[in-house]
Amino acid sequence: MIKRYVSIWFPHLMADQMAIQQKELEGQAYVLVTQERNKQIIIAISHQAKKLGLKSNMPLADARIILPSLQAFKYQALRQQKLLKMLAEWFIRYSPNIALVSPDGLFLEVSGCTHLWKGEKPYLQEISMRLKKAGYHFKIGMADTLGAAWAITHYAENQIVKSGEQLQALLPLPAKALRLTDDTLQRLAKLGFHQIESFIHIAPSTLRRRFGEEINLRIAQALGQQPEAFEPISEPHPYQERLHCLEPIQTAKGIEIAIENLLENLCSILQKDDVGFRNAILKCYRLDGKLQQISIGTNQASIHVKHLFKLFELKINQIEPDLGIELFIMEATKVETLPKQQEALWQIQAQSNLSEVSELLDRIGIKAGKNAIRRYLPQEHHWPEHSVTAINDIQQQPATEWPNHKLRPTVLLNQPEPIQVSAPIPDYPPMTFTYKGLLHRVIKADGPERIEREWWLNEGKHRDYYYVEDEKGQRYWLFRLGHYHSEIAAQWFIHGFFA
Amino acid sequence: MQEFLRKTVIERLQRQILDLEGYKAKPQHQHQKLGFDYIEKYFPNQVFPTGTIHEFISTQPEHTASTSAFIMGLLAKLNTHQGIYVWIGKQRQLFPPGLNYFGIPAHQIIFISLTKPKDILWATEEALKCQSLSGVISELEAITFAQSQRLQLTVEKSKVTGFILRTQTGPIHATACAARWQISPMASLNLNQLPGVGFANWQVELLKVRNGNTASFSISWHNGQFHTIENSVPHPFIPHAIGS
Repeated sequence: MIKRYVSIWFPHLMADQMAIQQKELEGQAYVLVTQERNKQIIIAISHQAKKLGLKSNMPLADARIILPSLQAFKYQALRQQKLLKMLAEWFIRYSPNIALVSPDGLFLEVSGCTHLWKGEKPYLQEISMRLKKAGYHFKIGMADTLGAAWAITHYAENQIVKSGEQLQALLPLPAKALRLTDDTLQRLAKLGFHQIESFIHIAPSTLRRRFGEEINLRIAQALGQQPEAFEPISEPHPYQERLHCLEPIQTAKGIEIAIENLLENLCSILQKDDVGFRNAILKCYRLDGKLQQISIGTNQASIHVKHLFKLFELKINQIEPDLGIELFIMEATKVETLPKQQEALWQIQAQSNLSEVSELLDRIGIKAGKNAIRRYLPQEHHWPEHSVTAINDIQQQPATEWPNHKLRPTVLLNQPEPIQVSAPIPDYPPMTFTYKGLLHRVIKADGPERIEREWWLNEGKHRDYYYVEDEKGQRYWLFRLGHYHSEIAAQWFIHGFFA
Repeated sequence: MQEFLRKTVIERLQRQILDLEGYKAKPQHQHQKLGFDYIEKYFPNQVFPTGTIHEFISTQPEHTASTSAFIMGLLAKLNTHQGIYVWIGKQRQLFPPGLNYFGIPAHQIIFISLTKPKDILWATEEALKCQSLSGVISELEAITFAQSQRLQLTVEKSKVTGFILRTQTGPIHATACAARWQISPMASLNLNQLPGVGFANWQVELLKVRNGNTASFSISWHNGQFHTIENSVPHPFIPHAIGS
């Protein structure tokens, strides 16, 4: 069977991408450079820069002589690869088989695809239109072989080589179009073979003797006499399971069975890939065409069917089956590598099992929301409100020790509450204070402990904290805001309760 | 001889009753001294009941501070390893840096804040089912007998120790808990007549102990230990007398 291939070449891939992200660069001349020894070498150039005569592999200094206002940006090799992969995934809508041609091209195997767009020409037009709209500069070509498709995208004007006409299309093209190594190209140039037509008809044995096996292979590949490896990218397959129902499902029990079924199938798929659910969604398509969906999330990747079922079970009552559900689709919207069985992070009792705890928190989290579950880690701040940070993660360990040198209250008010005090002399603890209408006589007191504000975080007065005990033995944390002032009465607050 | 026989028979029967009530005493050889016989002596068989529900009553924030600290101290003594604890309540008022002093690093506690009492009860029950937890503390305004019984049945299976912090004012009705405590702060302990506020000191009232007697005593916390008057380091200054 004759295959058809499309080759797409993005001569300014990285530069185009920058222009797409930063609109002000559109139509400008700019280059992407990389540091090589002590020179800055141009790696990629924009379309406009090319028009002005700049080339890649040129030192930036030379380019600036041609164009003093040239803008230069740093080139990131990894990003180009990522971008190409992204484009390749986007092209899956046009063909199931896409291969990357590093660093700036793609191959599409389009056998049996083009008729869906009513022919090869409309197919290429559609792709061209979409790419142009997106803002890419590109060249595109279609042929029976990868070699020929690549050759015409890079060196020819016409876009489509009719089936079986590879040879005619290749004849006027330069020798470079065969993807030969520089070594072979130099030897060909030395002998005056500039165009493919000048050497393609020479007997293979003669060519082999002069230029090595490579040239024969490339010619054969371009003409379709020898196969060429095509490595399609793997399609990002969603973790999805569907369940069609012969009869519409209306009961909760029916939904439960459906969920169990789907979970079992999906979990076995996930297990093969060594990943587990973090987020999952269940879509229920009703007879009347309406869609009902519920979603769950877990604290830790899980493929524990029973546990996941429990999470869904808590939400089943949110589904309104109405006339009945005819199709269930379950999708793992977020997956993560399964955690190792043994958790060394928490030095816990032998019978303790972190996954059991995280399963408990999943159940509570479903009912109460993720933000209801918190752990607290110490922060290196003296200011009481800043001294802890709330986290959702259940495994994170504190980066610093809990401060032990200063006694802190067991219960802290969310907001310090104002109190009335009588203090004998400045910088002495109060003798009495009134809190919520009750008078407390201070018997013992410690302090003051001055806590300054962190001026780089917030502004305001410092606090002088006193640890006091009243006549009933109740212990409080009080503070005075700022310094004493001869005219303005000092403001006192209660901030916490000691054990 | 007869006297002795009667005594052993009664003892055996008592133990059977305890078993039926879901109050499993550890066999004698397994009985580890947890290092606080000054508290353990108030409980049947001189064993602090774990794997059951304890009820604490505190109506004022001052008392809550003391009660929380006391529970933390208890948990630290009960679990020699670092465990995972769950604290369920309406809103977190506990100040994590303050807990380290009582032996529990606050990052070991998972705080769950829920608004509806019904949800708190549900979450408490779910947490008590989880055997990997070393302790569950639940702040509840009130709890009915049936609810407490349900929790008690849960812990009988899972052997997790639950602590219920009741903040309700007004009459207190019966619950199925193993013990009902009330912790109130009392004048701090100044060892060696040092000035300032001394070590935390509490009046502990055991209002109800299942199969035991009520008690009232004072206890203080310093150097990472509970101290009663008897076992505290000798010091010239004797604070308030111990309650009867």
